[in-house]
Amino acid sequence: MARRISPFFLAIIMITLVLSLASIYEGIDAYSKNDSTSGSLFLTMGVTTLIISAYLWLQTRRRMLKLGMEMQPLNTTLECQKCGFKNVRDFQRGDYVFKRTEDQCPKCNEKTMAIGSIFREVKEKERAKETGYS
Amino acid sequence: MLTTQQIAQLLPGQDNVFSWVLQIVFLGIFVVFMFYGQRIQMYIMIREVEGSLFKLKMLRDEGRKMAVSAINEIGKPQFDPTALVDRFLEYFAITPVDLDPSGIIWRLEHLLDVRDIRFKDDVKLMAPQADETQINNLENTLEAALALNIIYKIIRHFYLLGKKTLSLYIIMQVQMVLPLIMKEAEAFSSALKAFQLGQPIGDGAGALVAAKLMRDYEKTKVEKDVVVAKVPIEGRTAYVLKAEGPGGNVGKPGEAIKQILEQNEGKISLAIVIDAAGKLEGEKTGEVAEGIGVAIGGPEVDKYKVEETALKYKVPINAIVIKEDVGDAVSPMRKEIFDAVDGVIDRIKRLIKERTKEGDSIIIAGIGNTIGIGQ
Repeated sequence: MARRISPFFLAIIMITLVLSLASIYEGIDAYSKNDSTSGSLFLTMGVTTLIISAYLWLQTRRRMLKLGMEMQPLNTTLECQKCGFKNVRDFQRGDYVFKRTEDQCPKCNEKTMAIGSIFREVKEKERAKETGYS
Repeated sequence: MLTTQQIAQLLPGQDNVFSWVLQIVFLGIFVVFMFYGQRIQMYIMIREVEGSLFKLKMLRDEGRKMAVSAINEIGKPQFDPTALVDRFLEYFAITPVDLDPSGIIWRLEHLLDVRDIRFKDDVKLMAPQADETQINNLENTLEAALALNIIYKIIRHFYLLGKKTLSLYIIMQVQMVLPLIMKEAEAFSSALKAFQLGQPIGDGAGALVAAKLMRDYEKTKVEKDVVVAKVPIEGRTAYVLKAEGPGGNVGKPGEAIKQILEQNEGKISLAIVIDAAGKLEGEKTGEVAEGIGVAIGGPEVDKYKVEETALKYKVPINAIVIKEDVGDAVSPMRKEIFDAVDGVIDRIKRLIKERTKEGDSIIIAGIGNTIGIGQ
């Protein structure tokens, strides 16, 4: 998808920018001549127009996109069916909840390890965002 | 009628020609914004939609690439499956006629069955070396990629239509729903990786409850892709059922419940259906709630079957739901959801003790996609 900014839009931004700068200059010039009424009016108009042109210019810029497809780390908990020993490791392809594995329990040395749980942990900041009004 | 001198007196800096020009130009700009302000606003909205559309395209393309790489890795086809994947991503299903709604449930069920068989056959063609669990997982992966493709195409359609017609209302409507659509698209792209690796997702909460209850008991396969175990709970006999895992499967729990009710001639005191439910903003993920009714999502064919059979035998149906966000439902399962399972089991036991007596038969149905969850 090509990024094309409308020339009409660009022209509006340039014109408002030039006018805002000119107006600000006129305002400073009027203040230096002790004409505070004209000075304040020109400055107000100039600053307002500068804000508008800055806003319009920002709209034309494409922000850096975060794709949001980052893999979230998943923990697999292995539990010994005999002595209850638990071991946590990273998820591997082929893991599923209640799968009996060939792993040996480091505590009782029996081949009775099974996958007890697979889940991901969400950071505190994200959790707090969920319940903003609780 | 005002004279030039009187107009000049209204404007400050009246003795400076440049100030006069500046004043008039500002007045001109004010008039331009008055007449063309709406168009300028529309261009700004179009730019915003274009930015989101770009992101949707990236998600779609990334999803397609992941699906192709998953098929190559797991299915080991002898040919390049890209063309078949592209064909899959363009699939559509036409809903049955609802002008005469009589019999629509059965017509819808037939269409869904045909769709399911067609999808499975296509995946088998793309991935000849995959086993049944892997085929189910690949099917889920491709369906997530299909969903991303559809979302992208629909938003692109309205974007181009609004741009072509310069209709503020078309663009405004797209821009207003865009945050929700982007949230859904990001959820699907997160789901793609989970399906590819066979990780359990939030939607499997109901299935996990059933799996935990039936863990050490003998299971039998009933209706399409559903397993049932007879589990003694608090002196009652519970028919605990879930879709057969650990492949990505939702099965037909409605048909299974109907079969059990018919086999027992309706002598079931209580049916409890457990599923994941959407939470409202401000609610905590993993909150558990109880209610009445058939908590089965999807096209409502299974829900209808359970309601009809329960009505025939006057069986009360209770529901227990685990609250989660739409993103969490299709993303890898969160710890809060996993921890909620024990709380659900306590509630089931409490319900059974309150609403049935010893020796009764009950049904406990765990609803959800059983990917990454065995039994």
